[in-house]
Amino acid sequence: MSLLLDVNGLTMRFGGLVAVDHVDLAVKHRQVVSIIGPNGAGKTTVFNCLSGFYIPTDGSVVFNGEQVAGMKDFQISRKGLVRTFQHVRLFSKMTVIENMLVAQHRHLKTDLISGLFKTAAYRRQEQEAMDRAVYWLREMDLLEFANREAGNLAYGQQRRLEIARCMVTQPELLLLDEPAAGLNPNETKELDELIVRLRDEHEISVLLIEHDMKLVMGISDHIYVIAQGAPLANGTPDEVKNNPDVIKAYLGEE
Amino acid sequence: MMRKRFYNAIFASGIGFILTCMMVGISLNTEGTTLKVEGASAAQWTWIGIGISLVFLSQLFAGQVDAFLGAVPKPQLSKLLPEEGKRAMLKPWLLAALLVVMLVWPFMVSRGSVDLATLTLIYIMLGLGLNIVVGLAGLLDLGFVAFYAVGAYTYALLSQYFGMSFWACLPLSAGLAALFGFLLGFPVLRLRGDYLAIVTLGFGEIIRILLNNWTSVTGGPSGISGIAKPSLFGLEFTRRAKEEGATTFHEFFGIDYSSSYKVIFLYLIAVILVCFVIYVINRLMRMPIGRAWEALREDEIACRSLGLNRTMIKLSAFTIGASTAGFAGAFFSARQGFISPESFIFIESAIILAIVVLGGMGSQVGVILAAIVMTILPELAREFSEYRMLLFGLLMVVMMRWRPEGLVPMKRPHLELKT
Repeated sequence: MSLLLDVNGLTMRFGGLVAVDHVDLAVKHRQVVSIIGPNGAGKTTVFNCLSGFYIPTDGSVVFNGEQVAGMKDFQISRKGLVRTFQHVRLFSKMTVIENMLVAQHRHLKTDLISGLFKTAAYRRQEQEAMDRAVYWLREMDLLEFANREAGNLAYGQQRRLEIARCMVTQPELLLLDEPAAGLNPNETKELDELIVRLRDEHEISVLLIEHDMKLVMGISDHIYVIAQGAPLANGTPDEVKNNPDVIKAYLGEE
Repeated sequence: MMRKRFYNAIFASGIGFILTCMMVGISLNTEGTTLKVEGASAAQWTWIGIGISLVFLSQLFAGQVDAFLGAVPKPQLSKLLPEEGKRAMLKPWLLAALLVVMLVWPFMVSRGSVDLATLTLIYIMLGLGLNIVVGLAGLLDLGFVAFYAVGAYTYALLSQYFGMSFWACLPLSAGLAALFGFLLGFPVLRLRGDYLAIVTLGFGEIIRILLNNWTSVTGGPSGISGIAKPSLFGLEFTRRAKEEGATTFHEFFGIDYSSSYKVIFLYLIAVILVCFVIYVINRLMRMPIGRAWEALREDEIACRSLGLNRTMIKLSAFTIGASTAGFAGAFFSARQGFISPESFIFIESAIILAIVVLGGMGSQVGVILAAIVMTILPELAREFSEYRMLLFGLLMVVMMRWRPEGLVPMKRPHLELKT
């Protein structure tokens, strides 16, 4: 099976600082892949490079057989590679349903004339967008809050809404940046189930940055370990768990 | 506490005193070829004294005044108005009634009032246009008057050189202003807030200076005069038809000639244009593009991650705002019959921006109210015309102190999911 995401020699330099140093990643279809590493290892910088927020200094990022390194952020996300953020970034003054509609902007008829005169095609598309939004809100158990302001939701719900907002753009690969940060054990368990469901039922791949080892070890098909910007190890959860280099990086030397 | 307030009061009245002395206390008068510095008269000094003591006292007792104002029961507007459901039913009727009043009213009042109302409508158009850019898309534009000028000069020049009619030029003016907005916006909208403000400020000046110096085409500082007035399906509003064989309005209907027909006609065009602009903006706010503006204002990074092209979205706001100014400009030159670069100075941009800020950014009703206040108040207070800018500044300070969100704060139409 061909790779969905194939990253080779990804390097990001800020002046003299090498934040990411020749990182390789591979994500297959319908796989959950995790990136772990100590704080400041450059995990989020990798995400920023993949999603186009930074233009990588060197290396290739091939998504679905297409080179995306150097493309603009919005272009990459339109190809089906969508990310979330370490800190929740919702449109907090807008309602939940409006958050879901903004995410579908590019799927909608946005020209002036059809909108001004509410043509049939315009109304149909608005209805479809609404239906898609409702579908994902129901999947995420958020439907009852549809007309609430997003900023007024509880933290766990905001996290879920952020994922729902990504899903409504119909991505193939979801990049989740510490989705369990700030969640209680119960919510983390729900998140675990959710990610598995996304992979198995909705057939998307997930690339995950996470510090919660229980979550990571439980759901990952493959794990990459990064330390100080450079790749340290990779393999299945069991391989990584027993790798002496990884233990050293996390716990220090004896 | 009291001591701190006392120092505060001393400080405030001291600053006030210095400023008033400079602005009011000293005046420069020309006497022959020399300048002579003159102090204010005794009466003026009395007034200055009263003013300064007022500042002192109000600062000293600021706490008490605030407490007093807080104790005054605020009228509960929501209780005075009918219920939510009833309001929705009443709204179309109220709007229809308002429109009828707007259409009938000019036939009963003086020519001057109608003329002033037309001017107000121009400012409403400009305010609504800038409101798209500043209020909805959150882009600070200090050179909005440039697009107004482009619209005005488009009609003036096309009418002057090619004899084109107002109605043909109206969309052209809007289109050309939009094109200018697009061309300026394309490189500039990557900049963030403050930088954008400076570039637009510069652009406004460039347009004005260009119009001032390109004498061979625009007539330079002396402007363009004798711009044709709009006609009603080819009927002119002059005493005698300009061209052989053409009919004028009063001949066609067999009534006596009166110059007020023309004024009323212009007013009615302005009403129609404003209604058109309001309709378009109302739709825009509920369209995907309106949602995208709001989202972009809230969190640009999230927008980018969701595949929204921020440059195009900002550009659309800029372009649509500019085209509204183009509309207003074409109408302005048709109404005046004479335009010069003098009409498009920076102060105009500032006034339009003030209308948007005073009204409440993003709020249509607020902008309309503020435009009315800003054009009618100076006319009512003619005797204070020297102090116009001073009062203007005072109004801004007072507004920012007590109602920073504007006269009528924006209430965005939320989309509701019906279950």
